[in-house]
Amino acid sequence: MSVTPLDSKVALKIRGLQKTYGKSFEALKGIDLEVARGDFFALLGPNGAGKSTTIGVICSLVKKTAGTVEIFGHDVDRNFSVAKQFIGVVPQEFNFNMFEKVEDIVVNQAGYYGLPKKLAQERAEKYLRKLGLWDKRDTQAKGLSGGMKRRLMIARALTHEPQLLILDEPTAGVDIELRRSMWEFLQEINEAGTTIILTTHYLEEAEHLCRNIAIINKGEIAENTSIKDLLKQLNRETFILDSRTVLAQCPSVESYNLHQVDDTTLEVSVEKGQSLNTLFAKLSELGVDIVSMRNKVNRLEELFVSLIEKVEREGADAAPTKPATTVKRA
Amino acid sequence: MSPQQQFIAFKTLVRKEIRRFTRIWVQTLIPPVITMALYFVIFGSLIGRRIGEMGGLDYMSFVVPGLIMMAVINNSYSNVVSSFYSAKFTKSIEELQVSPTPNYIIMLGYVCGGCLRGLLVGLIVTLISMLFTDLQVHNLFVTASVVFLTAFLFSLAGMINAIFANSFDDISIIPTFVLTPMTYLGGVFYSIDLLPEFWQGVSQLNPILYMVNAFRYGLLGVSDVNIGVAFAGIIGFLLVLLAYCLFLLEHGKKLRN
Repeated sequence: MSVTPLDSKVALKIRGLQKTYGKSFEALKGIDLEVARGDFFALLGPNGAGKSTTIGVICSLVKKTAGTVEIFGHDVDRNFSVAKQFIGVVPQEFNFNMFEKVEDIVVNQAGYYGLPKKLAQERAEKYLRKLGLWDKRDTQAKGLSGGMKRRLMIARALTHEPQLLILDEPTAGVDIELRRSMWEFLQEINEAGTTIILTTHYLEEAEHLCRNIAIINKGEIAENTSIKDLLKQLNRETFILDSRTVLAQCPSVESYNLHQVDDTTLEVSVEKGQSLNTLFAKLSELGVDIVSMRNKVNRLEELFVSLIEKVEREGADAAPTKPATTVKRA
Repeated sequence: MSPQQQFIAFKTLVRKEIRRFTRIWVQTLIPPVITMALYFVIFGSLIGRRIGEMGGLDYMSFVVPGLIMMAVINNSYSNVVSSFYSAKFTKSIEELQVSPTPNYIIMLGYVCGGCLRGLLVGLIVTLISMLFTDLQVHNLFVTASVVFLTAFLFSLAGMINAIFANSFDDISIIPTFVLTPMTYLGGVFYSIDLLPEFWQGVSQLNPILYMVNAFRYGLLGVSDVNIGVAFAGIIGFLLVLLAYCLFLLEHGKKLRN
């Protein structure tokens, strides 16, 4: 097999990417995006924001209207054969022949990347074992459970050992236990050097796995930063506090907005810079003994919602004066 | 992709296609064989005796090459049209689209699968025909090249149909309303010498007439058309479909959003 040297430090580089469906629906409005080699990158956005269209363009499943896409420095239009060697894709929907056997699906995919049959069979065994599907290798794909089908798509995407793995909502509809094991597996391959781009609706997943994030909304990048920096923007968090004893009434603590949920549960909204130690000390003085504490909602989820709301507010404010965008079809 | 890798991709695709039509052999290999055996019994054996000679040959001998070609045409076409459209319908075509496999390899892989099924069914039908008549080969080169080119041509036509198809209905329209009438009117069952002059002229616009007659010439040494013209027509038509099919794949027609 010919091996093309990977000398680019940028795994994915998108410039001015536009996609217009029909004559007027702009799914992507000229997005710019860069993902560093070795990164674990989250692409988040509400339904219809343009995540899957972006992935579709990267993988040549969707024709772009304008812009450029480079994979490790190789333009997907001018050097498509080399660029595609580096990508593995796990799409949102099942896209394999349900009547084919599990092993055949993975071996065939390796063949489409030019891997000799013996090597393809070795790779298929390696990844089917890792993903707990080896026992099902002779089963027709239609006989797999939903979670197994998702894992099969991951095994298929890894069979040519891509440098960039793109996963479009890989854990949708997967139970918690399996999701956790998939997280571990993805972390393992990321640590081994594979760049991963992930779209997900589970924001906990992005917070847990990814180092950098882009939030896309209505075809535009609303935010592109590290998860750490993004979470720093969070001004307020809500905590649930569990009391050891039954509370006769909601305790009152100056500058803390406490609310009693039930006999033993309190809810408090804490602003950035406010000390939780002070709150616990004051509650202790009032005879309230807190035994456990947790976030009311996922932190990233709070931020995500506020960001999307902010972008939409700004969009609505700017709309009357915003000039119409002319999109040139490539 | 290096030429060696492209060849691996091609072999993978062909192997997959062979596995597909042999896995469902009850649907792909048996029905055409039964249909053709019935043609031999009814048209060749029962009715044929009353017809007498056709084109200087007994009717059974005359009709065999046409029926073999009919089986090759139908099976080459239907293999590719159903396999490629199913891949589109289930989105498993994306496995190929995301890979570096060039479009011409995708086309050749599917077309080769169609040719193999067409030729396999053709071979089985040929063997069955030998139960009814002594089959001679007048010119092996003409016989082999015409049957191969015809299978190639109709596999390409099936692929083009599948690219444009939006539903399973669309993949049966062309075989039912175009392919079957053209085959029946393409000199399978009769010599065009029997037709009035005007209809002979009309028949000469039917490309299947040239394929059937060239194949009949290869087996029996008789033909209603000039063999050179037949070859030129088949190759010309094949090149046009080849270029068009590649053009559709390169532009992602009905395949890429």
